Amino acid sequence: MPQSLNYLNESPSQTAGPYVHIGCTPNFSGINGLYREDPGSIMLNEKTLGDRISIRGGVYDGMGVPLKDALVEIWQADAAGLYASAEETRGQSDPNFSGWGRSPGDMESGEFVFETIRPGPVPYPDGRIQAPHITFWIVARGINTGLHTRLYFDDEQAANAQDPILSRIEQRQRLDTLIAKSESSGVYRFDIHLQGPEETVFFDM
Amino acid sequence: MTDTSRPRGGYIQRDRGWHPPAYHPGYKTSVTRSPQKALLSLPTTLSEETGPVFSQSIIGPRDNDLLHNHAADGESAIGSRILVYGQVRDQSGRGLPATLVEVWQANAGGRYRHQKETYLAPLDPNFGGCGRCLTDAQGYYEFRSVLPGPYPWPNGVNDWRPSHIHFSLFGEAFAQRLITQMYFEGDPLIWKCPIVNTIPSRQAIEDLIAPLDLNASIPMDTLAYRFDITLRGRRQTYFENRPEGL
Ligand SMILES: [Fe+3]
Repeated sequence: MPQSLNYLNESPSQTAGPYVHIGCTPNFSGINGLYREDPGSIMLNEKTLGDRISIRGGVYDGMGVPLKDALVEIWQADAAGLYASAEETRGQSDPNFSGWGRSPGDMESGEFVFETIRPGPVPYPDGRIQAPHITFWIVARGINTGLHTRLYFDDEQAANAQDPILSRIEQRQRLDTLIAKSESSGVYRFDIHLQGPEETVFFDM
Repeated sequence: MTDTSRPRGGYIQRDRGWHPPAYHPGYKTSVTRSPQKALLSLPTTLSEETGPVFSQSIIGPRDNDLLHNHAADGESAIGSRILVYGQVRDQSGRGLPATLVEVWQANAGGRYRHQKETYLAPLDPNFGGCGRCLTDAQGYYEFRSVLPGPYPWPNGVNDWRPSHIHFSLFGEAFAQRLITQMYFEGDPLIWKCPIVNTIPSRQAIEDLIAPLDLNASIPMDTLAYRFDITLRGRRQTYFENRPEGL
């Protein structure tokens, strides 16, 4: 027997279940007085640099029914393309921007909303520039492992055409599932389809 | 400042055969909520190799004490008092410091404090059911609670969840984001649970079962369970094929 590599296995994922909001957004679920605010509910303040945008959308199952028990998180760069992360080595990101948002969705409709800024461009490992994008992560009852996807902007056509990741999608008609649609100035709609003909492209990254 | 002891490559790809598959008919809700097309596999980029930072300043002194964080003054939640502790580490065994651990669970009777909860077990006015903490410099976390009760749920006509605690974890990078559940050593319901059984192998399921740790227990007070959590690791690449490494 050769030596062992001793890598540990990742802990297996389990569904977030129907009560994920108790643990992740307790104020939203009516458990008040524990946390001052639900984590991820506020991403910016009046001093944050960059163009204000809002992103809204729904998460739909294979029958086209919107989920009301999902939790959606986003992670993005600041206006200069820097991440508010200890792992960011290229410079200091905007101290007035967290880059991370979490939405439990609306109680009645299940729709999520994020009040954020338009992210700056971020380099791909080979030095090419990625089109402005926002990382999405979706968990819910019935989702066994959290789903990763990305939002790109419909008014960034030139950047999208050059994007190293979008260009990897062979079935070009599916590319549309990653593009948020501008509804009015600064307001984008991004629907996520877990299954079916409009199934969103999910990433294993 | 570069910490040369830390791996710097991209994240090791998830072993999808180790995790539960998205579609698992034994867990009925997964049937219409599982993507059916192949995931797009790509190496991680900066967007996945970075992740949010949480400050100790957001954490209240009772956030990791579920016995008291929703209790009236001088009172505490009803149930068997437990301490749950362990290490959050990556696949290289490196403890992950200052990472946010969020937990939620049913009360001792198996009832959640939630509008949609239908189980007839009673609410405990002194139990909220959620908590959080940041790991210490070596990646350790701990919290105090009550042993959650098993509960029935609508799937088959007589399916019961084993006692469990839900865990949400961040690590250092969004690529490591994970939600999972902790089970308790010796619970016969573990092996009958359709959600547990979405996990393909017995070995992987055992990774989610916390052993009783009498040595960490507090005599005449609290039983302890140890639950270590492993998040994805980075590749240890000394020669990375990135332009700055030419
Ligand atoms: Fe549960």
